[in-house]
Amino acid sequence: MNQIKREIVVIGSGPAGLCAAIEAARSGAQVLLIDENAKPGGQLFKQIHKFFGSADHRAGVRGLDIGEALLKDAEELKIEVWLNSEACGIFDSTNVWVVRDKQHSITVQAQRIIIATGAVENSINFPGWTLPGVMGAGAAQTMINVNRVLPGHRFLMVGSGNVGVIVSYQLLQAGAAVVAIVEAAPTLGGYGVHTAKVRRAGVPFYTSHTVKEAHGNGHVERATLVRLDEKWKEVAGSEFEVEVDTICIATGLTPAVELAFGSGCMAVNSPALGGLVPVHDETMRSSNTAIYVAGDVSGVEEASTAMEEGRIAGLCAAHSLGYLGQGAYEARLGVLTRNVNALRSGMFGQKRREAKEYIVSSYGAHR
Amino acid sequence: MNRIVDHPILGPLSEAEVVHIIVDGVPFTARKGEMIASALIANGKSTFRKTVKRNEPRGIYCGIGRCTDCVMTVNGIPNVRTCVTAVEEGMVIETQMGSGEWQ
Repeated sequence: MNQIKREIVVIGSGPAGLCAAIEAARSGAQVLLIDENAKPGGQLFKQIHKFFGSADHRAGVRGLDIGEALLKDAEELKIEVWLNSEACGIFDSTNVWVVRDKQHSITVQAQRIIIATGAVENSINFPGWTLPGVMGAGAAQTMINVNRVLPGHRFLMVGSGNVGVIVSYQLLQAGAAVVAIVEAAPTLGGYGVHTAKVRRAGVPFYTSHTVKEAHGNGHVERATLVRLDEKWKEVAGSEFEVEVDTICIATGLTPAVELAFGSGCMAVNSPALGGLVPVHDETMRSSNTAIYVAGDVSGVEEASTAMEEGRIAGLCAAHSLGYLGQGAYEARLGVLTRNVNALRSGMFGQKRREAKEYIVSSYGAHR
Repeated sequence: MNRIVDHPILGPLSEAEVVHIIVDGVPFTARKGEMIASALIANGKSTFRKTVKRNEPRGIYCGIGRCTDCVMTVNGIPNVRTCVTAVEEGMVIETQMGSGEWQ
């Protein structure tokens, strides 16, 4: 089997992985960035809305433009990038088994690995949920914004969190109708500014409602909605039908932890951030001291947070190999830590900040 | 066609080289570089495979290569994830029956 050596291998070229690679390369380390897709950027290029945060976090800039800027940085730093390359496993702690172009098997012996594999959309099950026309909200977003095709014309959105309302608005921009947004909770879940845009466009919201069944002959043609009581039980007799050809599920994300756990990283449960995640310290180092994690795999948040975490992981992985003097390292880490904490402040960030603190505080027990 | 030709943020759809593919024996046109799933949706096809036991239709679900609901038989190779596999000139794509067969 082919075997090569690299100082730092970053797995996943989404916002976290790209930033990790850039930061590590800027610190002086030799970096290899791996992604199974034909194009780098992960899910950044389907984010055509403007991001939140302060100017430091590039607020007001659209996700796809941030993606372009990061790719330019990576190019200028001459970071080695392998596309169409699947990281299939990590063994003996630092050997990454990669299959390139679905044909060539190669092992990369790394001194440090940064896992930035992101997250996967959750689903909910109901009769008819397997029909063509039922899909993740993120899948619909990929189709309309990256592939420029409409997977349907009349949409039902299940879930009113940020993904649900942002994708709903982008479906309208793409020329589709959003017939309804249902939310099982009694209150809406998304940021006010995103929610208000969809409301102004006349899309009806149904709180305390969910989808009961999808109907159709070979494809979604209709959906039955039902009201839920305060105990989340269906209210008999409250069912009604909507004519839709596509049902989008926006019910949260689960960290894509297979590689991390397969490599022996210890887990901690963080319900607020998507479930089981690799336990890590404030430098994003996992219980395996050669492996770092960053972005949604370490707890589902937002692309802005993923980028800051990626930078922290890249910086600290490089420093652990002897790059950057202590002063320069501490100064930079201070800036990045302040940035990421700023994204976890305020009424929307408090819960995520507490959840992250719990993960970090669990680190000692897992060493 | 389900192409999004004009878009308020992304602008008009750029010109792209045309790629010819055969889907269940029918010629389709696709845009160079796009994923198979995207080309099929553009051409109005939403059933990508039929399940092993109950012959039920399935289409795309996650769109990013994780769920494997969209697998099809491509150039005789079964279980190809069409949402992360790009079209190629002359590609032969078939609705996959069950777990598929190598051809």
